Amino acid sequence: MLPPGKYFTDGNFAATEGALYGGCRFFAGYPITPSSEILERMSRRLPEVGGHFIEMEDEIASIAAIIGASNGGLKSMTATSGPGFSLMQENIGLGMITETPTVIIDEMRAGPSTGIPTRVGQGDVMQTRWGSHGDLAPITYSPNSVQESFDLTILAFNSAEIYRQPVIIASDQVIGHLSEILTVGNPEEYEVIQRLTRKKANGNHNTFSYSDDFIPMFVPGTGFRGNVDSLTHDEMGYPSNDASVEREMLEHLLGKIKRNETKIIRFEEYMTDDAKVIVVAYGITSRSAKKAVKNARDEGLKVGLFRPITLWPFPEGRIVELAEKTRKFIVPEINYGQYSHPVREFSRRETEEIHFPPGAIPDFKIILREIERSFT
Amino acid sequence: MSIEEVHPKSQFLRDERLPHIWCPGCGLGIVLQSYINAAEKSGIRLENHVLISGIGCTARLPGYANLDTYHTTHGRGIPFATGMKIANPDLKVTVISGDGDLFNIGGNHFIHAARRNMDLLVVCVNNFNYGMTGGQHGSTTPPSSLSSSTPYGNIEQSFNLPYLAAAIGASYVARWTVMHPRQFTKSLSKAMDIRGFAFVEVLSPCPPNFGKFNGFSDGFAEMEFYRKNSVVDNEAKLEDVSIDPHHGKQIILGEFVNKRRPSFIELEREVNRRAMVVEK
Ligand SMILES: Cc1ncc(C[n+]2csc(CCOP(=O)(O)OP(=O)(O)O)c2C)c(N)n1
Ligand code: SF4
Ligand SMILES: [Mg+2]
Repeated sequence: MLPPGKYFTDGNFAATEGALYGGCRFFAGYPITPSSEILERMSRRLPEVGGHFIEMEDEIASIAAIIGASNGGLKSMTATSGPGFSLMQENIGLGMITETPTVIIDEMRAGPSTGIPTRVGQGDVMQTRWGSHGDLAPITYSPNSVQESFDLTILAFNSAEIYRQPVIIASDQVIGHLSEILTVGNPEEYEVIQRLTRKKANGNHNTFSYSDDFIPMFVPGTGFRGNVDSLTHDEMGYPSNDASVEREMLEHLLGKIKRNETKIIRFEEYMTDDAKVIVVAYGITSRSAKKAVKNARDEGLKVGLFRPITLWPFPEGRIVELAEKTRKFIVPEINYGQYSHPVREFSRRETEEIHFPPGAIPDFKIILREIERSFT
Repeated sequence: MSIEEVHPKSQFLRDERLPHIWCPGCGLGIVLQSYINAAEKSGIRLENHVLISGIGCTARLPGYANLDTYHTTHGRGIPFATGMKIANPDLKVTVISGDGDLFNIGGNHFIHAARRNMDLLVVCVNNFNYGMTGGQHGSTTPPSSLSSSTPYGNIEQSFNLPYLAAAIGASYVARWTVMHPRQFTKSLSKAMDIRGFAFVEVLSPCPPNFGKFNGFSDGFAEMEFYRKNSVVDNEAKLEDVSIDPHHGKQIILGEFVNKRRPSFIELEREVNRRAMVVEK
């Protein structure tokens, strides 16, 4: 593992090393800007630590392979960007319905389609929530620094294990490529959740449990004789066409996240205590937003910053609380309005969108001007 | 006289899931039985056999086998199996899926797994159509066949699967029909011992779809057709083994390829050993 110390490095390096720290021992991927450096570094690092790397034929194969590897017993991940993330959607649903822990880094770039491969965007935010068909309760982290690219990747591996589902890290091109200080602490400072498993079944080979939020995975090859199925299934993993089984399964899949939301949700606030206007920003945009808020405070304007670190589950409770003493939210994003929608829905306050076209880092002055306008 | 009420292969089947969903006259029951017999005879601990599939009638087969089984998404059984095998190389991983699953939507994964000589056994149950969705044509539907999506006859050339698999570098390639269960089972057992990529195609009737559209009154009629019109030729030139029954061509069966080249897992182990030395 990366020895404790200070490193001047980029987000892709930090995410790779964070993954290894979090116990990742299998990577399957397909090259795509701006995340390719993760794949390249994994190809060198994984064999050194006794892990496995494979470059697959496409992103559909990559996500299928990491789900297969996780069911085989290893913590696994892939890294991609918009076009590859789109290809992965069907099997993100497979990971959800089969309750398979794995981690997917989506480094957002300008879209739609091939867009501008080398330039930043935040257009996949809703896709990380609603991209795969059917009802899902995804967990999505949004790092805004090299340090968080390391820390949140470890956390994502832990959450994947605890909640037994794919966890998404929605990073972006700038965070992946910018260089700044990464501080790696002593190993004791990091909690790493080990995979819990069930081996040979003693008569009871139910693959899943709908009364327990958490039941360990079985390991193939131990005589467990479990069935894992992409079809709607009962606790045995056996397929069913019954709407009542669908309900039971879905309420388990959604409920295990809903019931633990307060443990999962993370956010950071800056000067929100007396704020009349709150800027909600994530990823690279949150850094421009923070500068705008600082400058506005210097001008005496009562404005604060709310930065969701988990984009999903949506930090609904905190947004509702903040809305009680806030008259307006401003949501700058590098897209044409995505995260602004739940902010407006849950705050029930005036919510102003600032649309930064993908391709450039948001100019803090544009956010500042919008804050100033809110106080006139 | 007593009546045997337990299926003779009961310990290998998930009794609680029977009866199965397959149509009368479908060949999939024979494929399941053959796989179980082969696994039993393979000399590999039964617990180490893992069965994986994509989506389709064939892909329902693992769900009836009393092993560790994985029913994944359409076309993605092979890459899922690739991840599982690399993660857990002690497993004997078999993918059993349909022709549509493996060669239409999943065709890309098949060629890459064969090219890598990935340590998998892939069994394609070729019923010349998409059974589950109602008998549409696919890349394995023979020329001039009628199907629910080629009402004027199929104008496309179909894949010659053994030729394809061999050209890409599969270590083992065979073709049988469900009318040849003994040869098929033996072939599966042998393929389970292969280090690298093994491929077995098995032709199987689908009476309500391909059968009905192409003049087979029931499953038995299609089985009879296989019996009368197939020849075993292990030495066949693979470019000649395409399937074209509507133009009077014989079906050629056999064990076409059995050759040794280093497998992915063997080569990966070697690379990882070198990398760990560098790390120290
Ligand atoms: C992505 C996707 N596309 C389409 C389908 C619908 N579908 C289910 S099974 C199938 C065809 C299966 O054909 P084959 O693999 O030959 O299996 P068979 O039923 O003939 O055994 C299709 C098209 C699906 N499940 N998923
Ligand atoms: S539709 Fe065809 S392949 Fe499917 S169960 Fe019926 S006979 Fe078998
Ligand atoms: Mg078919």
